[in-house]
Amino acid sequence: MQAHVVPKKTYFIVFGLLLAMTALTTGMAYVDLGQWNTVVALVIACCKATLVVLFFMHLRWSPRLMRVVLLSALLWLAILISLTTTDFFSRDWTPIPEGWESSQLCLPSLPGNLLHRR
Amino acid sequence: MATAGENLDTRVHYLNANYGIKSWLLTTDHKRIAILYLASITLFFLVGGIAAVLIRLHLIEPNGAIFEPGTYNKLFSMHGIIMVFFFMIPSIPAVFGNFLIPMMIGARDLAFPKLNLLSWYVFILGGFLTLYAVIGGGVDTGWTFYTPLSTTYVNTNVLSAALGVFVSGFSSILTGLNFVVTIHKMRAPGMTWFRMPLFLWAMYATSIIQILGTPVVAITLVLVAVERLFHVGIFDPAVGGDPILFQHLFWFYSHPAVYIMILPSMGVVSELIACFAKKRIFGYSFVAFSSVAIAVVSFLVWGHHMFVSGQSIYAGIIFSALSFLVAIPSAIKVFNWTATLYKGSISYQAPMLYALGFIGLFTMGGLTGLFLATLATDTHLHDTYFVVGHFHYIMVGGAVMGYLGALHFWWPKITGRLYPDGWARLAAAIIFIGFNLTFFPQYMVGYLGMPRRYAIYPPKFQVLNVMSSAGASILAVGYAIPLVYLIWSMRYGPVAGPNPWGAKGLEWETPSPPPTENFEQTPVVTEEAYAYGAKEVEVG
Amino acid sequence: MADSHAASALAHQFEDLDQQHEAASLGMWVFLATEVMFFGGLFAGYAIYRNLYLPGFAAGSHMLNVTIGALNTAVLICSSLTMALAVRAAQMGKRNLLVTFLMLTIALGLAFVIIKLTLEWRHDYVEGLAPGLNFLYAQLDAKSVELFFCFYFMMTGVHALHMVVGVGVLGVLLVQAWKGRFGPQRYNAVETAGLYWHFVDIVWIFLFPLLYLIGGRY
Repeated sequence: MQAHVVPKKTYFIVFGLLLAMTALTTGMAYVDLGQWNTVVALVIACCKATLVVLFFMHLRWSPRLMRVVLLSALLWLAILISLTTTDFFSRDWTPIPEGWESSQLCLPSLPGNLLHRR
Repeated sequence: MATAGENLDTRVHYLNANYGIKSWLLTTDHKRIAILYLASITLFFLVGGIAAVLIRLHLIEPNGAIFEPGTYNKLFSMHGIIMVFFFMIPSIPAVFGNFLIPMMIGARDLAFPKLNLLSWYVFILGGFLTLYAVIGGGVDTGWTFYTPLSTTYVNTNVLSAALGVFVSGFSSILTGLNFVVTIHKMRAPGMTWFRMPLFLWAMYATSIIQILGTPVVAITLVLVAVERLFHVGIFDPAVGGDPILFQHLFWFYSHPAVYIMILPSMGVVSELIACFAKKRIFGYSFVAFSSVAIAVVSFLVWGHHMFVSGQSIYAGIIFSALSFLVAIPSAIKVFNWTATLYKGSISYQAPMLYALGFIGLFTMGGLTGLFLATLATDTHLHDTYFVVGHFHYIMVGGAVMGYLGALHFWWPKITGRLYPDGWARLAAAIIFIGFNLTFFPQYMVGYLGMPRRYAIYPPKFQVLNVMSSAGASILAVGYAIPLVYLIWSMRYGPVAGPNPWGAKGLEWETPSPPPTENFEQTPVVTEEAYAYGAKEVEVG
Repeated sequence: MADSHAASALAHQFEDLDQQHEAASLGMWVFLATEVMFFGGLFAGYAIYRNLYLPGFAAGSHMLNVTIGALNTAVLICSSLTMALAVRAAQMGKRNLLVTFLMLTIALGLAFVIIKLTLEWRHDYVEGLAPGLNFLYAQLDAKSVELFFCFYFMMTGVHALHMVVGVGVLGVLLVQAWKGRFGPQRYNAVETAGLYWHFVDIVWIFLFPLLYLIGGRY
């Protein structure tokens, strides 16, 4: 069985980069970039994750199938988040009619339940 | 019936290789694990079936014949939870997937036999937890656990039911994982992807859904449990939570879950049609790709369960369009099966009757799904009996018929015995009649406006409800008959040879029942799948 | 000697060690795909609520200690290094090195969990920031802050649970490694455990900015 042994040097370089990027992302939080703070933080996190996946998890030297598995999982997560977001994002595109609270269809809320603590 | 001339008692096979309860409870043989699952899901089917019988008896009277509304709510909830999670989802994968996948690809076992056994124990643990919920007072939220009802407003056994479902989900995940790795890595020499029986394509597609979907419902149920236990407000509008977020997370799994329930049956039907028409499946690659297409697109349509929930209309439009799209691969399969039948040499043994029944009933169920995928009509049909009719046509008329077809087709391989085909055909006919009488009236009564999950209904719907209940009693008889003759056959049925149906496939090239290692030597595959019409080789 | 070691390393369902190794790796990657979706549900809920209630989420995030969070991130990154080195040692048949690196990884993992439990969670509980148990924050944005802390505890909690399981698995492997069970022909278990460990590290790599650095600290 052929084992691909990664040189220690590679691991240590990746390790150094990961620590450096952790410091970077922490430091960037103290810089005012407005809404770009989030983007920067996520980009750095993705870079760190990519390094771990490629080198520590050996994906760089693994069969293509593993890459497909990982990318599929990420794609599916993207599907979950994006399609769910389309709902919340477009909710107020449909205006709510004025005076809905007093309409005849709106019954007073039913009293009491056994668990609600408020 | 002539025997195959071999003495089942002297040859060593997987059933008699070891004796004693430990050899069964600690087995790692995929065939024995399949039998463990077979016994378990049959028991759960009985429990869920009893709930169904009680529901139909209750609905004979408009004011409810037997139960208080609260109890009725528990009945349909438990019927749904047990049937969905403890019968339908495991049924074909855990029984026939486990038994057949290694045999169909020419392997000795699955990739991870111990994980396979673990999956059964996890399933049983989940089952116990759910049965505890049932016995300990029941749960009445529906199998869908909608919030804030389930988190805040009921004091029934939501926690143990949710926990039971959560645990059983891991059984599903482990099974899917095992199948994916096995199919990728353990095919026999010469068994290329496009020489695989279509049952394997269906199982592969099903496994993808199990792997990618089940974890989401798992974490969602954990959130529900946390909200109940700690009285926090993750889905509670009072603190800014959104109940519809629960529905998104829940249906992200539960819609693909229905394809977990139907895809394996479709795979079975491909095998049955090919064998009993003695013909290659028409459009093999279309059928293969359509399985994968169904698995992928099934993850894009979940919002069609939420058209009237408060979800944005624009999201609804997207989900509606995608739901129409997902019907296409299913239709492709139906066309290909029908084309296979054309000019085939058709015989009507019991498995074929189930396959033909599947095609008809699944098509009807699928077509009614289009009414529900359309925003405008769904506004009227949502939460009516039309929906109940729709999914029972697919799950019972489709998936369960496929399961019974599989049971009858591979029974000789699994047990080494033949059952009386006359009784089997009679049972299939009774099931078909009983099924239609039970569920067709539900389309009608739903279209006329009867809501689902209600313990009472307006008197004008009584005739149709009584018809449905009458049908259910016939259906029950139909299900009971195979239970009798299949068990009878285990002891008194004629001994089956390796290939009683003259079918193609590696599983038919070993003795019935197979030896523990499946094959004396690893087979080498040289022909395409379903090479019917080629020279018939005497397999002995 | 090597042959009998190799023969016993091959499970009966596989044809050769290569197939077994590939199956083990693929199996773990597929399992990690399920874990992506498991955590993914939480990330999805988090994403939705963060978009709806950004000020409250930012306020909640500011009550977390960035220094401890960053320290814990570094701890996990160190543990990933030691884990990778442990796999390497197993591949090369170096028993003592393997044992050492496994012990270090376990120690770092435990350090992470202990820091989290004692310095963070206990502190949050005492400060009245634990929803359902002791939540005393009562300003105008209390509801969205409470939602934030629900997700904070759920996400870090599920993550910590995975770490504890990982530590347990590594403990078992440590015992086996000490008994000399692993070698160049037989290291699948260490490698697949390593894959799991790195995945748990990656989850934290995302949790840190998403939970601790919302809205910036300027």
